[in-house]
Amino acid sequence: MLEKGTKAPDFELNATPDQKIKLKDFLGKNVILAFYPADWSPVCSDQMALYNEMLKYFGKHDAQIFGISVDSVWCHLAFEKDRKLHFPLLADFEPKGAVSKAYGVYDDEVGESKRALFVIDKEGNIAWSYLSPTAVNPGADGILDALEELDKK
Amino acid sequence: MSNLKPDVNSKDHSQGADNAAITIVEFGDYQCPYCGDAYPIVKEIEDTFGDQIKFIFRNFPLQEAHQFAFSAAAAAEAAALQNKFWEMHDALYENQYRLDESLFAELAETIGLDIEKFQQDFTSSEVKEKVDNDFESGVRSGVNGTPSFYVNGTKFDGGATDLYQMLKESAE
Repeated sequence: MLEKGTKAPDFELNATPDQKIKLKDFLGKNVILAFYPADWSPVCSDQMALYNEMLKYFGKHDAQIFGISVDSVWCHLAFEKDRKLHFPLLADFEPKGAVSKAYGVYDDEVGESKRALFVIDKEGNIAWSYLSPTAVNPGADGILDALEELDKK
Repeated sequence: MSNLKPDVNSKDHSQGADNAAITIVEFGDYQCPYCGDAYPIVKEIEDTFGDQIKFIFRNFPLQEAHQFAFSAAAAAEAAALQNKFWEMHDALYENQYRLDESLFAELAETIGLDIEKFQQDFTSSEVKEKVDNDFESGVRSGVNGTPSFYVNGTKFDGGATDLYQMLKESAE
């Protein structure tokens, strides 16, 4: 997995069937990438649902969050609608898992992204990264600590 | 391993003995079905271990997922201002199956609150701030879903049933 200090690999992924997100368009902003195995995990402890509640805390640190999994845009759309998510989910769908692989967080055996977090600074460098056991939702305290460190710079 | 931030303090609502050996903090959401399931188990833990346990509840309403979660938390905090936090807390979980906006005034009446004061406090900035501060404390403490439990300040990796089991084993 890519570590602190590495240049974050650029990517272009679909957020909706006709909208693409390019990482480099977010230079000048902090970016949080939350790789996760799959849409539709159980409700109350769902990692994406949790981040959805925390958008105002991320906003305070001038940070944009993206969820990334290998699910297709249509699956993401249905999931976003069902869980009322207010941030983009990106589809690392074709070629499958390419961005997850570039960040070193693809699980070849199950064909899904691992559960991994990256905080990228305004210059596009990885400021913090964390690999969580797949079954454990890592929460948001690590992300907030990393963003606070960036604010001090 | 995540730790509770800030530590248990005078703003918290607690049950049980102050000098108990084990302090359990729950971050919960009144509309979350898993918290509803945990509620009777926590009661059982308190009954079984009595004075050995101090129990604290902090609000962690998942407002985007649960329409009434924030209002319910506010109702409990408003009741707290009349020293009836636990009565409202219990009533909310016991009536979780019919939770909606009209339930709060009804429960306030049932547990004997001054209704006028309750209605004022329910929408006050003091109550909103308490709920927001609890939520932020959860975020900082590494809450990753509801319910999340902390035992003597350290995050417990499991649900209420696992917690009960762990306490039983450590008591043996």
